[in-house]
Amino acid sequence: MAYSEKLLDYFQNPRCVGEIPEADAVAEVSNPVCGDVMKLWVKVDGGHIQDAKFKAQGCSAAIATSSFATEMLVGMEIERARLITKEEIAEALGGLPASKIHCSVLATDAIKQVLREFQPR
Amino acid sequence: MRRVYLDSNATTPVRPEVVAAMMSVLTEHFGNPSSIHWFGQHAKSMIDDARQHVARLINAEVSEIVFTSGGTEADNFAIRGIAESQKAKGRHIITSKIEHHAVLHTCQDLEKQGYEVTWIPVSRDGVVDASSVRRALRPDTILITIMHANNEIGTVQPIEEIGRIAEEADVYFHSDGVQSTGKIQVDVRKLKVDLYSISSHKIHGPKGAGALFVRKGTILKPLLTGGGHERNRRSGTENVAGIIGFGQAAKMARESLTSDMARVAELRDLLETALKSRIEFIQVNGENAPRLPNTTNIMVDYAEGEGLVISLDLKGVAVSTGSACSSGSMEPSHVLTAIGKTPDEAHGSLRLSLSALTTREDVEYVIEVLPGIVERLRDLSPYYKKV
Ligand SMILES: Cc1ncc(COP(=O)(O)O)c(C=O)c1O
Ligand code: FES
Repeated sequence: MAYSEKLLDYFQNPRCVGEIPEADAVAEVSNPVCGDVMKLWVKVDGGHIQDAKFKAQGCSAAIATSSFATEMLVGMEIERARLITKEEIAEALGGLPASKIHCSVLATDAIKQVLREFQPR
Repeated sequence: MRRVYLDSNATTPVRPEVVAAMMSVLTEHFGNPSSIHWFGQHAKSMIDDARQHVARLINAEVSEIVFTSGGTEADNFAIRGIAESQKAKGRHIITSKIEHHAVLHTCQDLEKQGYEVTWIPVSRDGVVDASSVRRALRPDTILITIMHANNEIGTVQPIEEIGRIAEEADVYFHSDGVQSTGKIQVDVRKLKVDLYSISSHKIHGPKGAGALFVRKGTILKPLLTGGGHERNRRSGTENVAGIIGFGQAAKMARESLTSDMARVAELRDLLETALKSRIEFIQVNGENAPRLPNTTNIMVDYAEGEGLVISLDLKGVAVSTGSACSSGSMEPSHVLTAIGKTPDEAHGSLRLSLSALTTREDVEYVIEVLPGIVERLRDLSPYYKKV
């Protein structure tokens, strides 16, 4: 198997799946080449992300990285969340095969887009 | 964990009888078939037997079988061999949009070298229309190369009809028979092909062995020159163990083809019917076309193929998305694109391919686990709404 145990765990048992009906911001991003999609809902409280949920239609790496990134967001300061990189996500999940690096971009794109709604003060 | 192998179009398990035949070559009969002593001559006579088994499988003459390192080399040899030997006559080649990469990339390479290639489209069911091949013919056409059965969706092409067209036009005709051989009856005389590729590892033989049928009198420039092996068509000391294994596999394929494939077709149909009734929003690609008895390619909406493959693998079931070589690439399969699928649809496709060694229990296990896997992935999709 080309994936780590941890990545497979996040794929098999994804955390933070769902929608937030009263979300403060929602982002939907897709990968133009493979067509995989991620939708991200966040609720914020002051400078913090109070809650985050996601849904994704994509490969195993896309689902695992989306789930992991969403879980990272919960409780995080918005300014810190802006700094999340695809490398950070990929490394935390034990690395990705070269052909799968782009899958983690889905999550960072969704985070960037969802945080666009909150201008730094 | 229970392991079920439903990826037989990628490769097949080697039959024990094949292993036994190969072992004798690796241990006792190690001679070089070109040597005149007993060791060499014994190896040579074993190769002659293997050649006979392979020839019989496709109704060829023994002298028309050239052993190669596999299907890829056979395809390259046929296409490049004709392109080179016929270039004084013309530089136009006709092929289809659903060929295996061994043909596709070879034709693309020839395009770069100044050959012109006409890429014949297929119907939504994945079949080439023979009359469009006729219309594509030109005075400078030197080769038609159209696969017999497609590796991804299993559709069988009208080779006999195209063979008649090629014969009338006096144009060389090659067909990639890697997937059809051993699964449907193949008779190179009836098909009117001049060149036909076969691969050992798709019929329960070892990898790295294959053959090109070359009709008597066909002028073909060799890819490999050297000691003049294989009647000067393919030099290099023979892969004796591989060839002997291939011969044994061909013999067994021929002996039980009819009964094996009737059983395989029944299991494939059982699988398709059960999955269609248990999973909403799925379609079978190429369903209305003549198809190989062992292949089903299903398109699952609201789920992605790679996620399905990994989930199945974690349950011990081996299948694939598209063709094995393009997994790991995120480009949609050129075959599914050619039958009109959007990249989205193509990415939700799953190929399950059976073999003579597949059991009813194997199929029943997949029927049991796949619906739950699809349901789980759909629950993660932002687009899927339960009805
Ligand atoms: C239709 C077709 N042609 C050619 C090949 C290549 O054969 P081999 O693996 O023996 O090189 C394959 C195998 O993947 C195939 O399915
Ligand atoms: S293949 Fe598209 S996100 Fe992984």
